[in-house]
Amino acid sequence: MLLRLEPRAQASRGLRIAAPLIALALTLGSGTVLFGALGQNPILALHTFFIRPIDSLYGLSELAIKAAPLALCAVGLAIGFRGNVWNIGAEGQLTMGAICGGGLALAFYGVEGPWLLPLMVLAGGLGGMAWGAIPALLKTRFNANEILTSLMLTYVAIQLLGYLVHGPWRDPEGYNFPETRLFGEQALLPVLLDGTRLHGGVVLALIAVGLGWLLLSRSFTGFQIKVVGQAPAAAAYAGFSRGRVVWLSFLIGGGLAGIAGLGEVAGPMGQLNPTVSPGYGFAAIICAFLGRLHPFGVLLASLLLALLFLGGESLQMHLNLPLAITGVFQGLLLFFVLACDVFVRYRVRLGPAVASPAP
Amino acid sequence: MSPEVETLVAILVATLRAGTPLVFAALGELVTEKSGVLNLGIEGMMLIGAVAGFIATVLTGSPFAGVVFAMLAGTLVSLLFGVLTLTLLTNQVATGLALTIFGIGLSAFVGLGYIGTPIQGLQPLAVPLLGDIPVLGLLLFRHDPLVYLSLVLLAAVAWFLARTRAGLVLRAVGESHEAAHAIGYPVIAIRYLAVMFGGAMSGLAGAYLSLVYTPQWTENMTAGRGWIALALVVFATWRPARVLLGAYLFGGITIVGLHIQAAGFEASSHLLAMLPYLATILVLVLISRDANRIRLNAPAALGKPFHPDA
Amino acid sequence: MALPPKATAAAPPRLELRGITKRYPGVLANEGIDLAVRPGEIHALLGENGAGKSTLVKIIYGVVKADAGEMLWEGGPLGSHTPAQARHLGIGMVFQHFNLFDTLTVAENIALCIEGGGDLKALAGRIAEVSGRYGLPIDPLRHVHGLSVGERQRVEIVRCLLQDPKLLIMDEPTSVLTPLEVEKLFETLRRLAGEGCSILYISHKLDEIRELCQTATVLRGGRVSADCDPREETPKSLAEMMIGRELPVCRHSEPPEGGAERLVLDGLSLASDDPFGTDLMDIRLTVRAGEIVGIAGVAGNGQNALLAALSGERRAPPGQVRIGGRPAGHLGPRARRARGLAFVPEERLGRGAVPGMSLADNALLTGYQKGMVRHGLVRVERTRAYAERVVDAFKVVCAGSGSEARSLSGGNLQKFILGREILLEPSLLVLAYPTWGVDVGAAAQIRQAVIDLRDRGAGVLVVSEELEELFEISDRIAVIGKGRLSPAKRTRDTGVEEVGRWMAGMFAPALDEGPQDAA
Repeated sequence: MLLRLEPRAQASRGLRIAAPLIALALTLGSGTVLFGALGQNPILALHTFFIRPIDSLYGLSELAIKAAPLALCAVGLAIGFRGNVWNIGAEGQLTMGAICGGGLALAFYGVEGPWLLPLMVLAGGLGGMAWGAIPALLKTRFNANEILTSLMLTYVAIQLLGYLVHGPWRDPEGYNFPETRLFGEQALLPVLLDGTRLHGGVVLALIAVGLGWLLLSRSFTGFQIKVVGQAPAAAAYAGFSRGRVVWLSFLIGGGLAGIAGLGEVAGPMGQLNPTVSPGYGFAAIICAFLGRLHPFGVLLASLLLALLFLGGESLQMHLNLPLAITGVFQGLLLFFVLACDVFVRYRVRLGPAVASPAP
Repeated sequence: MSPEVETLVAILVATLRAGTPLVFAALGELVTEKSGVLNLGIEGMMLIGAVAGFIATVLTGSPFAGVVFAMLAGTLVSLLFGVLTLTLLTNQVATGLALTIFGIGLSAFVGLGYIGTPIQGLQPLAVPLLGDIPVLGLLLFRHDPLVYLSLVLLAAVAWFLARTRAGLVLRAVGESHEAAHAIGYPVIAIRYLAVMFGGAMSGLAGAYLSLVYTPQWTENMTAGRGWIALALVVFATWRPARVLLGAYLFGGITIVGLHIQAAGFEASSHLLAMLPYLATILVLVLISRDANRIRLNAPAALGKPFHPDA
Repeated sequence: MALPPKATAAAPPRLELRGITKRYPGVLANEGIDLAVRPGEIHALLGENGAGKSTLVKIIYGVVKADAGEMLWEGGPLGSHTPAQARHLGIGMVFQHFNLFDTLTVAENIALCIEGGGDLKALAGRIAEVSGRYGLPIDPLRHVHGLSVGERQRVEIVRCLLQDPKLLIMDEPTSVLTPLEVEKLFETLRRLAGEGCSILYISHKLDEIRELCQTATVLRGGRVSADCDPREETPKSLAEMMIGRELPVCRHSEPPEGGAERLVLDGLSLASDDPFGTDLMDIRLTVRAGEIVGIAGVAGNGQNALLAALSGERRAPPGQVRIGGRPAGHLGPRARRARGLAFVPEERLGRGAVPGMSLADNALLTGYQKGMVRHGLVRVERTRAYAERVVDAFKVVCAGSGSEARSLSGGNLQKFILGREILLEPSLLVLAYPTWGVDVGAAAQIRQAVIDLRDRGAGVLVVSEELEELFEISDRIAVIGKGRLSPAKRTRDTGVEEVGRWMAGMFAPALDEGPQDAA
């Protein structure tokens, strides 16, 4: 055998932090090769991808705008993944949050007041929660696999959004474009920095990260989530309910994703259209793992993934490369993150087995 | 033929075509899961297969070469999954998700120049004489070769699992890798083979979409069929014959939705497009309700990592 | 079946090991092991848990490769071999944890181990023939999940016999059998040996070895500590070879009469939630303050359901389980712990402790009702202090309260879990297989701690397969068989023979709550 794994008695602490960095380095290395293969100057391409989008205040603010929904979704997912609850329907929950919050803005169009925005945030969160509650119910009541149900519901939510903006909610003065009218002034998140689009959603994301940390690292509830995730039998023995963790994960995850969706439509977009999200809900899965399922790690990972989105746009704009390159980088990054995890748990030895067969 | 019969035949034929990629993908996943490995990356492998098959067809002009190339591409990416989960012992759920994300990104990237390229897809093959029988001929004997292949493969997999020694070994590995290892079977190698079969099948399923079902390449053209195939394996309680039933059921739901619109009923295409997904959820709920049934039929080692020295 | 004729002393040993050494990270499992098994000999491999018996056997069978040393088979060198090659040579193995596949039939299970086992019909015929000849009745077409533990062992033995073995390795075969079944097994083994088959018999049970085996190799700490003829040794001398000193004995006083009822099982009936499990039927038992009640029985007779019904992982009608005099059947583990229950489960890593969490976190796992949580937040200092108290009081060998549970050896982890539960000062302690796989020294320490807790007034219930242990620590003993419980009898009024009969199913279930028997 060429490669052997020896389990470590104790997971390596140093490598736990180093592993995501190694993964990032490997992704960059693959990127260099990829750009080279595309006939691009790798240095220029990497610069255009990773540096150019954020070399200005405006660029940095755009980074924060993209990182906010990612962090909101990913913190929720990380909590669930810790509990071995596989909510991969954040994209759908985000969409439902956008529909519910945005729907409120449309319903109160013209009669709005300062009360509207908080209500919209609430509606967005509740919409996401309600969408997350379905897989939770199906899991706890009917034992249905939550990966499949939450994902199927994502497709349903996206079709529902498509139906609404093509049909009943379409802007009557919109020349038949599939989009709603622009929200009123009071239905938009405040801009925090003049000359940028930096909006209040960023603050919500930071609050979510803080609360997520408190929950996972300091609270007894977080401890229960972790026990349920790592050792279900030990959780049953200690009297921690698996069903409760499923509900909690989906309600928190759905709620945060819903707020993220509301943040998109009440922030940079200002209306509903068929593509509320460029895949934040799926990219958040990568953020969760890259951030080692730790809220602070998730925050850093969200910034990186946001940079991948911006970098893709930048490559398209400046070097005429396809936007799809972002997806390739996302996939590679996640692969490397998972593969690097092996060093944390095992010692990797090369060469034939140390145990030589008896002569 | 009366117009009603004609419509009915058209619906049934279309159902068969819509169900066929699901048969391929679910059959591959069934074998993979029988060996104890849960590969959630079908959607990604299908997309890779679809784009690889399409490009190969454009370049060679032969859809058969496209099919072969799609299966090779599917196998190759499944090997990536195998290295990660079987050799590096990564979490199978997370790695499967990664494979899907990677497949979506990579297929969109390499397929970019091929959107809208016309190709000559695989054509239906009329069986001589039998294909001329009214109604029955259209229903059974005028399909493209891959429809027949799906049925042959299904029978072969069913026979392999139930009747051959290799099939018995595969089931044993999925039941308890410790026991199989102690008896002396190469657990990891067997699982690699099963994963690769799943990859080849997913690639084939993808090729069916891009070369037969809608002979063109569009980004994300699988539209969740990989996930539906995963649900089908549960629905089938890991029995090949029931995969067929489930696949045609889902095919039928998709097609009936389209025909409702074609028949001039007022229904939003968006709402009709929800049907297969809602049906998947419904079916999962119905089949999973009985936890004991799942536990009795699911391979006992499904999703658990195996480290021989541990 | 063509078996070799009875060998003469001049023939080379059937199997010979010279200087076998195997190292695992941090452990030297085998060091310079020499061993020879002659044809037709029943050879004991004796040693306590952790002495290296299982590793050595796996090396012989080809599952594990040795780091150094050589193996000879009938005088010729045996290089690196796979289990399939070992079987081909005529080495058969009955594992301690059976290597059977639950959802496959007996015939399919056997086919997996036999070359050319493809034709299941022909194979079924051969199975019937061999099982008839050796008095090991099994039905080839049944699924393994429907078999009792004893029947499963028969499948394993028949699987080996079908390959005409010259050497049969049996790893702790009697731990899953009733005394009657043990007798039958010994008859089969003696008969096989009489036909020329060598048997390598692994055990830590001294009486069995003295009854069955002609030679013994004793392992201690991975090395051979002695070679002897066990028939000429006493249990005491064998024990000294095995552990290097005398067997420790626990201090044990008479229980007080008429303590308060700590646990009452009043007609407990529960369907197993495992499709292959045993249902509980009308279980009746009382455990009082200041006494230890033991429940004996062969695994798979309803112990799992009973333990789950006691811990609260399974719910029952309220009145069928009473803790501290109040109905508790409907309560979950948390509420039962609030009533004074503590519980040590069978499975240590993964149930009794979370493998990847620190000992401090594992203290919180069941200690959360003892002031370790305030306003929903964990008081880290308190969990750490509690874990350190357990480590000190029970001499747990570890790198401190920050060590992950999985880094501890089996015996030390069990001491930690038991210590954690005992320091909660429960009024009722339920223990499952408390010393399974634990070395003799730690086992004695664990038993003493349980007895001390009893002396402080707690009621204790012990479920175990080890009859010796139950007779040593229990004040009263009952037997569970096929989901029913026998009456509990005072330990000194009964003996291994009677309990053995009960384990074979020959008892009238307790009709009323137990304590009358004690009177």
